[in-house]
Amino acid sequence: MSNISQEISQEKSETVLSPSKSIKLRISRSNPEAGTEEKFDEFVIPVEKYTTVLDAILNVKSHLDHSVAVRYSCRQASCGSCGMKINGKPKLACFTKVSELDTDTITVEPMDNFPIVRDLAVNFTRMFNNHKKVMPYVVRDDSEITPGTGVKEILQTPEDVDKYIQFSSCIKCGLCNSACPTMAMDTSFVGPQALAQAYRYIADTRDKGKNNRLKIIDESHGIWRCHFAGSCSQVCPKGVDPAMGIQLLRSYLLGLRD
Amino acid sequence: MEKENKAKEGIKGWINPTKYGKFGIERFAWILMRITGLGLLAYFIGHIYETSHILDGKAVWNASLELTQTTEGHIFLALVIGMCVFHTGNGIRLMLGQMGYGLGKPGRPDYPYKPQSLNMKGKACIYATIGLAALAMWYGMAVMFG
Repeated sequence: MSNISQEISQEKSETVLSPSKSIKLRISRSNPEAGTEEKFDEFVIPVEKYTTVLDAILNVKSHLDHSVAVRYSCRQASCGSCGMKINGKPKLACFTKVSELDTDTITVEPMDNFPIVRDLAVNFTRMFNNHKKVMPYVVRDDSEITPGTGVKEILQTPEDVDKYIQFSSCIKCGLCNSACPTMAMDTSFVGPQALAQAYRYIADTRDKGKNNRLKIIDESHGIWRCHFAGSCSQVCPKGVDPAMGIQLLRSYLLGLRD
Repeated sequence: MEKENKAKEGIKGWINPTKYGKFGIERFAWILMRITGLGLLAYFIGHIYETSHILDGKAVWNASLELTQTTEGHIFLALVIGMCVFHTGNGIRLMLGQMGYGLGKPGRPDYPYKPQSLNMKGKACIYATIGLAALAMWYGMAVMFG
């Protein structure tokens, strides 16, 4: 009887509930404030089928090296905090499964074209400033609904909404700016993120700020610096397609669209 | 105080060959457009310099023309033909895109998101332009090497 229970016990401890394997995670480490050069630290960690790159980094942070700096929040591709270069391509760490990368070595680096705060965390100030610059809100003299003023709800047809809805999915993760070859050379370029948002509001039938926005982007470091490499749209995790927005904005400036 | 050390990638962001596998044929067309543009600009300056020899008399003019009659000269001219054809064809694609043609329509994106602006029409145009440039170079070489 005792032999049988020992066998069962042994069987349970050897039962593989979820097949796991180990990968090597290479994390870029740098601290510009302290003047340290970029280096890579390597960690071997267990992963399972649904482990994301963010899970892997947090595993390192919990068990192997608490000092790894990474920004994250929602873990579901909604907040846009965990953008980084994963095996050389800008991606959201929470939205990238280790298994889909199909390699045993994963290299994570901070996004290009952003100042590094530390390790994988970058500074978004310039991107947010450019975002604010294009007036990312509906511009109107009257408010949409003001009780007692008789102002009615501004109606839109589904077709009106379709013109801008995909551009309103932007989570400001900065992957598009990181992939953009123009951003690589011109730090004053307004960037695909802000330009796509300019289009989002210009295409909105409720908005009356088109002329002001077009003036803002029609300058030397504005929309004409884009040469349609399309990398911004390649990396967007939300299907925003900034390259399309930028080309459609140009057709406004060229007078081909009202 | 953050250093601006990685605030921009610089020229690496353009010429790093690993980028082109990761960002698709559109990024490859983009760098090819840059290279051919610079190549044609260099040719334009060289061409003005070469034709200015006509002012130095017949002998100097004939000697400068001889430069293009060598094997290296023919290869150089074939490259110029290729650069011209690619730059023109891809330039037309880009201009049409900037006017809003061939990009598809904005709509509600569904996962997995495929950017409409990087559609098959655009990709086919890029491949066709590269093919046309290769064909033009081949024809030019056939004529020059006779």
